[in-house]
Amino acid sequence: MIEFNMPALGADMDEGTLNEWLVKPGDTVTRGQIVAVVETTKAAVEIECWHDGVVGELLVPIGQTVAVGAPLATILEAGEKAEPRASAPAAATEAPQQDAAPAQAPQAIPVAVTPSPVGHRQWVSPVARRTAASLGVDLKTLRGTGPQGAITLQDVEHAAATAHHEAPMPAPAPKPAASAEPKSAAEKARERGAAMRASIAAAMSRSKREIPHYYLADEIILDTALGWLTEQNAGLPITERMLPAVLQLKAVALAAQRYTEFSGFWNDDGYKAAPAVHVGVAISLRGGGLVAPAIHDVAEKKLDELMRDLTDLVARARAGSLRSSEMSDPTITVTNLGDKGVDAVFGVIYPPQVAIVGFGKPAQRVVVVDGGIRVATTVQSSLAADHRASDGARGALFLAEINRLLQQPDEL
Amino acid sequence: MSIRDEVVAELIAIAPEVEEGDLSDSELLRDQVDLDSMDWLNFLVRLHKRFEVDIPESEYKSLRTIDDLTSYIDTHR
Repeated sequence: MIEFNMPALGADMDEGTLNEWLVKPGDTVTRGQIVAVVETTKAAVEIECWHDGVVGELLVPIGQTVAVGAPLATILEAGEKAEPRASAPAAATEAPQQDAAPAQAPQAIPVAVTPSPVGHRQWVSPVARRTAASLGVDLKTLRGTGPQGAITLQDVEHAAATAHHEAPMPAPAPKPAASAEPKSAAEKARERGAAMRASIAAAMSRSKREIPHYYLADEIILDTALGWLTEQNAGLPITERMLPAVLQLKAVALAAQRYTEFSGFWNDDGYKAAPAVHVGVAISLRGGGLVAPAIHDVAEKKLDELMRDLTDLVARARAGSLRSSEMSDPTITVTNLGDKGVDAVFGVIYPPQVAIVGFGKPAQRVVVVDGGIRVATTVQSSLAADHRASDGARGALFLAEINRLLQQPDEL
Repeated sequence: MSIRDEVVAELIAIAPEVEEGDLSDSELLRDQVDLDSMDWLNFLVRLHKRFEVDIPESEYKSLRTIDDLTSYIDTHR
């Protein structure tokens, strides 16, 4: 019997609420099948199962919040008989035990992504975390009274009440997290926005606290690439036309395949390059906030395939529906703020990744080519990389390789 | 429904936060609505499907306002 666990969903998500089971005991499941939907602060995530077998028991009821790594269901391998588990699963809404921590890498995900907690992380029950976010309570200032010193809902509510006593905050009146009254759509959207803000804040704070970033920039002449793309697109119906962003993604992936110290994960035991390049794409959401889910195996895909994947990914990200593998396994991220009009962007690395490549606005600029002055369409590329995993000299080569590839669009 | 209203309906499908009353038909759409290049492409794909018009990439530059789009569709469908 295999225990199928809640997969890691990225550094800024350590729990989710089970929204829907798409399988029932006795159903046959195959590798990669979507078996459940889990609600997180960023999206409704479709949870993929990475085992072949038959569903034994569903261990988490709908509506329950589960921590990353917690068992969701049992899967019986061929020839096995169902046997009831001795103990009921510990509800993750109680203080999470050691085995629910993301440090124990879930076996269920294809790439061993292990968002590692810093040293001895403070255990916080999910409901306490959510309540703290909505009440504006800083968890770092609290002393937990739960098992293993875990911060419980009671601790948070107590702290909030004390804070309100001492210095009334302009925050809205505290509401119990599990309010029985139905919430309006606007209220839900606002809460989700606040929760996403808190998730981003946590991941980016961790990044800047732990990762010694270094930054490099380059200017890439795009005339060849854009001319080539225009030619390709002229022969294609509008539904199949490609955006320059696709060339950038492919160039980054091919360069990362060659310079392996930029595509992988930094964990407690150091840097480990990933076997395949899954490029996280930073996608801004209309209501605010962003997600950076992965397109898988970018280096192996043709441009038209990448365009379809990108279109699909952006649409699903904005609709709030992503898959667990997309959330958990980007090995490097690309952020493109060119459409927003900025010349350049220097990203913040999304841990446990070690690099983020940025692209600004393609525009006509004066450049010197072969000793002569020319006006060319150029884009500023940038690299923010983790100095623990690589050095600037290698970063420079990596960025130069992206430039070189964009001069050879035929090779992409 | 006029062509203009259908164009606006497709725009709102892409950018649900847009209030129809706030749109000016003669001003650049990109200045009024938060549209990145993927949104813009998706918007044109929707117009292509709704009106069955072909929109070559070479025309993108001249299609920048609601007026531009309405008259382009009117002449080409």
